[in-house]
Amino acid sequence: METGLSMAATPTTPPLLRLEDCTLRFGGLTAVSGLTAEIGETDLVGLIGPNGAGKTTVFNLITGVYRPAAGRIEFGGQSIAGKKPCQITARGIARTFQNIRLFGSLNVFDNVRVAFHLHLWQGLGHAVWRGPGFLREEKEIAGQVMEMLEIFQLQKYRDAPAAGLPYGEQRRLEIARALATRPKLLLLDEPAAGMNPTEKAELMKLIRFVEEKYKIAVLLVEHDMQVVMGICRRIIVLDYGVKIAEGTPEEVRANPKVIEAYLGRPAA
Amino acid sequence: MINGLSLGAVYALLALGYTMVYGILRFINFAHCDVFMVGAFVGYYAVTPFTIRVAKIGLSLPVNLHIGTDSIAGGTLALLLAVAFCAVLGIIIERLAYRPLRQCSKLTVLITAIGVSLFLENMGQLVFGADPKPFPELFPVREFSLGAINVSSNQLLVMGVSALLVIGLQFIVKRTKMGTAMRAVSLNPVAASLVGINNDRVISFTFGLGSALAAAGGILYALNYPAINPYMGILPGLKAFVAAVLGGIGNIRGAALGGVLLGLVETFVNGSHYSTYKDAIAFAVLILILLFRPAGLLGKVETEKI
Amino acid sequence: MNGTGHNPPRMLERIFRPKIILLAVLAGAGLLACFAGQFGRYYTGLLTKVGINIILAVSLNLINGYTGQFSLGHAGFMGVGAYTAAAITLFIGPNLLPVAGAAYYHWAAWGLFGAALLAGGLAAAVAGVVVGLPSLRLKGDYLAIATLGFGEIFRVIFCNIKSLGGGLGLNGIPRYTNLFWVYVTAAVCIYVVVAMVHSTYGRGFLAVRDDEVAAEAMGLNPTRYKMAAFVTGAFFAGIAGGLYGHDIRAIDPNGFGFMRSFDIVVMVILGGMGNTPGVIAAAIVLTLLPEWLRPVAEYRMVIYSLLLIVLMLTRPQGLFTWRRKWKQV
Repeated sequence: METGLSMAATPTTPPLLRLEDCTLRFGGLTAVSGLTAEIGETDLVGLIGPNGAGKTTVFNLITGVYRPAAGRIEFGGQSIAGKKPCQITARGIARTFQNIRLFGSLNVFDNVRVAFHLHLWQGLGHAVWRGPGFLREEKEIAGQVMEMLEIFQLQKYRDAPAAGLPYGEQRRLEIARALATRPKLLLLDEPAAGMNPTEKAELMKLIRFVEEKYKIAVLLVEHDMQVVMGICRRIIVLDYGVKIAEGTPEEVRANPKVIEAYLGRPAA
Repeated sequence: MINGLSLGAVYALLALGYTMVYGILRFINFAHCDVFMVGAFVGYYAVTPFTIRVAKIGLSLPVNLHIGTDSIAGGTLALLLAVAFCAVLGIIIERLAYRPLRQCSKLTVLITAIGVSLFLENMGQLVFGADPKPFPELFPVREFSLGAINVSSNQLLVMGVSALLVIGLQFIVKRTKMGTAMRAVSLNPVAASLVGINNDRVISFTFGLGSALAAAGGILYALNYPAINPYMGILPGLKAFVAAVLGGIGNIRGAALGGVLLGLVETFVNGSHYSTYKDAIAFAVLILILLFRPAGLLGKVETEKI
Repeated sequence: MNGTGHNPPRMLERIFRPKIILLAVLAGAGLLACFAGQFGRYYTGLLTKVGINIILAVSLNLINGYTGQFSLGHAGFMGVGAYTAAAITLFIGPNLLPVAGAAYYHWAAWGLFGAALLAGGLAAAVAGVVVGLPSLRLKGDYLAIATLGFGEIFRVIFCNIKSLGGGLGLNGIPRYTNLFWVYVTAAVCIYVVVAMVHSTYGRGFLAVRDDEVAAEAMGLNPTRYKMAAFVTGAFFAGIAGGLYGHDIRAIDPNGFGFMRSFDIVVMVILGGMGNTPGVIAAAIVLTLLPEWLRPVAEYRMVIYSLLLIVLMLTRPQGLFTWRRKWKQV
């Protein structure tokens, strides 16, 4: 059984994201224990496990919401453990949330527009002065936002309040917004939750499209096996905060430890 | 030191009301300090004859409750009257002003609470007059000497009654059905209603209880600082709130502890060089607490799930 | 760049509007000042009050409404500005002005006043940093109480500074404020706030308000936004304080306490949090209301507080909010 390195990474280039022996405790509860994993630059990795396995916690570790009690987290060769979330996003990691966290009072257009923040030339002073440079940048950004909305087929909702969108569109908007930060790694937290089979199929196409077009790595937490097995090239399985398996979908599907975690041991 | 303790006892009583309401509704009842004021005035009017005058209809109704001053029976009666009146007042306020806004943003309710507070203060000014009234000696006053310290019976009374009330409150919260219901609603209102608890009743009860304590606090405070006016509740109320935060807002023992601590600190500062800053001390304490230990001394730290 | 032929985003329209509005209002202020003499003392005083309240409400709206930081201590910033500006005109003025000579006295006084206002604003901005820093970690109720505490601390500090009059305050402040100063400042304040918030960078204020966690995940630094809101809001409140002091000519610490802060907060709430036109309207109405209620002066505060309660019970989103219907493009 192969573990570890993705097929795309060569031995000499460091992987894009690297977790080494990470541990996180909440009081007496160890949420993540000794996690070691790597994600290459054009990987599509799924992170699965039973409920409570610690998957979202891993996301929170990577994006800086939590600081690991032990272990290292490296992105692009540099340590990011303990950095603030906005700093980590600046380095190229973007995410969506398990419970959709859109900016409710802003419209769809502005939700994506805000995410261009990291690549802005303007500051508050420019905003007040409104010189030609500022106006030019605003026009450019408007164009890029509309482009993004069109790719995600949200352009007709441009002025709609984000909170009023149908559920599937909200999820798409969240992904669009995350991509607006121009990340190198995209973390998707249960993007298929609450979707019907048609929507799931479209989502799968969307994720593959995003990965190809923007040439980024995607790490995906998901419960729906159809989605995971369908698009992920590699899967990491967590149970009680510990990595119990890693490999291609076929390998993981057949792994007895994985089966045991989900279904329990066969009766003796 | 005794001054500090007796002041602290009053702060504790007030703080308990704040902390109970915050525990149940996650909302700061700004009008609480004015119920304190009303309690003191009820105590005043219990023993002072007064006239209800309505100029428009030419009504002039003299009222005399004939409760004597300077007697233990009279004092207790006045105290009970104030407590009962304010408990009802608190329940009415909740019913009319806060309950309809249960689903609204916290900001809205906060503004409403401030509105109620202003209303009570200004009504008080209209009805009672803005000039300070001398608070009568409801209970017979004796002076005691414990070594080098002089203690007034009023101060002992304050501490004694407060201690009794706090113990009584602890008993209610820990040992009675209603107390358990209160704790349940403060932890998870939805679940509480699902197991058959009538949230509205519990909330009303909490307000009534808190207001009763405030009324007692008002009378006890007025015994030691005998000039009462419609705005007397503002500063003690603010400080009692700080005390509640100091102890851990939502935590009953914390409120009592915070009240006593703040009373001691304030009295100490009052006796020192910086006495003119004594009001600011409470706020400085507040900000320090919020910065370094927002959960308070005895509070639990709540984390947000992301 | 976006050549696919769809409508230019409405955002572009908004880019041009603020500057035009600013010019229009400045022109209006100039006009107003020209006719100011004809209004009579009472109305001039009233208009001045309205203008100052507009500045206070719009500046608070930046902190409370747009950035979602519930600040109950805005009057403290006003006080800092008022005292600083008054200190300059009262203590430095008499030393500086006679130097100017009779011909330039008028201009020198104006320059002094402008400098005093600016200093007041800057001092208040520093106070804004002092209040903003601890506030970074606090949310909702706790933030409200902490800012209230700061406001009260400022008040007590002013009560204790003997050189600034202590509890009795300062009086004999020269009357430099006139409608021109007030409304020019108001126009600038409104323009700055609106221009800031309607830029791409400025959308971050609203994002931080809506969901701080998500905003951070999108690369925004909530600290920067909150501090910017506090500092800018405090700056304008400070200038408003300076204008106020030089209008009523006597200031004391108790005028900048919680009640004042509360008055301004009510304007922001009634106007609709984050709704600048609404807040301006609310400021106007709430300044005029006590005047209209003068006939029932005794019952004024009782009616006011009752109105407040009723308003919250019936229309908590503010009197002047309306949902713009979005159109499908």
